[in-house]
Amino acid sequence: MAKITYKHPNGTVTIVDVQAPNTVMRGAKLNNVDGIEAQCGGSAQCGTCHVYVDEANTLPLPEMDSVEDDVLYGTACERTEFSRLSCQLPVGDEIDGLLVHLPEAQS
Amino acid sequence: MASHAVVVVGAGQAGFDTACALRSRGFRGRITLVGDEPPGPSYRPPLSKGYLAGTVAAEEIALRPPSFYTEQDIELLPGDRVASLDRERRTVLLESGLRLPYDNLVLATGSRPRSLPVPGASLTGVLSLRGLADAEDLRLRLSGPPRRLVVVGAGFIGLEVAATARGLGHDVTVVEAQPRALARALTPTVSDRIVAEHRERGVRVLLGREVTALFGDAEGRVQVMELDGGERIAADLVVVGVGVLPNVELALAADLLVGDGVVVDAQLRTSDPYVFALGDCARFPSPHAGRHVRIESVQNASDQAKCVAAAVCGEPYAYTAVPWFWSEQYALRLQIAGLTAPHDETVTVGDPAEGRFSVFCFRGGRLTGVESVNRPADHGIARRLLTAGTDLSPGTVREPGFDLKRLPRTPTASPSRTTTQERLSVHA
Repeated sequence: MAKITYKHPNGTVTIVDVQAPNTVMRGAKLNNVDGIEAQCGGSAQCGTCHVYVDEANTLPLPEMDSVEDDVLYGTACERTEFSRLSCQLPVGDEIDGLLVHLPEAQS
Repeated sequence: MASHAVVVVGAGQAGFDTACALRSRGFRGRITLVGDEPPGPSYRPPLSKGYLAGTVAAEEIALRPPSFYTEQDIELLPGDRVASLDRERRTVLLESGLRLPYDNLVLATGSRPRSLPVPGASLTGVLSLRGLADAEDLRLRLSGPPRRLVVVGAGFIGLEVAATARGLGHDVTVVEAQPRALARALTPTVSDRIVAEHRERGVRVLLGREVTALFGDAEGRVQVMELDGGERIAADLVVVGVGVLPNVELALAADLLVGDGVVVDAQLRTSDPYVFALGDCARFPSPHAGRHVRIESVQNASDQAKCVAAAVCGEPYAYTAVPWFWSEQYALRLQIAGLTAPHDETVTVGDPAEGRFSVFCFRGGRLTGVESVNRPADHGIARRLLTAGTDLSPGTVREPGFDLKRLPRTPTASPSRTTTQERLSVHA
């Protein structure tokens, strides 16, 4: 179980508890957090579950693979060094307290 | 708005997303989602891939947990169907006897597989794949020892099923009537590569061949398929993937305008202003195609749902989203951005033999779409370019060392209503 915080562009935050084995994307979908589309359902195809991991994050996240890196070229909002696909971030105890920022638009 | 009632007919991706998009927009009226497929809305793409292979569980394909519908105050009626629609009184009558009044009705009735018009098509073991029940049935049949599977139709569903079944160790033959696979959807460069991959993996692919009959054993189980010319193939199982038909019966019975789909305007309204249609069942004016089209994809269902919800909430905009589609077969990640057909010129970037390439399609010198195999950056960037209306000439793409990743990024903030309207009028 991990607490994940989704911060919306307007400043509001949604905090949800997500069970393993889920992803940060699926955590948003299961809890009806707006702002994550995930049209491909989590197959790293569409780039519509784009999030910005908080700049101050120290929690261990998996390295980005080449497919995720490539898909991030197509996001609707600008890609930054903090960009990730939330479908490629698995949820477990070690990321309890993760804060991610949602982009203005996903598609 | 508080007393406003919306009835959504069909709880597939389009219907489900419409209900969600209404609540996201702050719609507070009554939402009833009528679906004939228990247990409730599920995500379809895994049905021919991970779910069929047994690597994705049923819980993972439910679009939301059951609690979601209570929390969002969405009345889900799974396992019910609309019997009739009274547009004058604005009510629908369900088969269960329930009568629902509406202020807006949304037809998200989807599509159903075409059946094979040959003798023997109703034998046991001849299946099509549409919903969860079909997928469960097929998964069970493919979970045992190797069987002889014949897939009729080399479209996306057929080829995905073929790839999954082959991965499970079954003996697979694909029979396609057209001279090449995915002929309506893809350029020959991409479809040839996909067929080559199937053949390398041991699938027998027969192109330009018609099925003439199916024969069964004494218990009525399919046993043999006969092709044109008389060739016979042994089959324990036949999966038919020869396209779909839009479910328009309800719209027809209610005298709405119909023609290969329920005909809608740019805001997805049918010929009745209180009735919308979207997703697989709707035929809409596409600025990308320059004509009315019907598109069967998750992207189309999802993006159209937002458009319908906006119109219901009194903030209508024209539907102009760039179509995109994806398929996975073996290690091939196929992605299509835009509408590639019709085109008059193509430029291939990368090496098809290596299985990493993109085909850029142009019509009159303008980019209409990009088909990518294992080049996801090309796909994503192409979608952005097409959304922004950025021009990219065939000459530029042909230049040695051309790489979409090196193009300066053009901003694609979601188009404002004004620009959307302007773009539509340009294409009208």
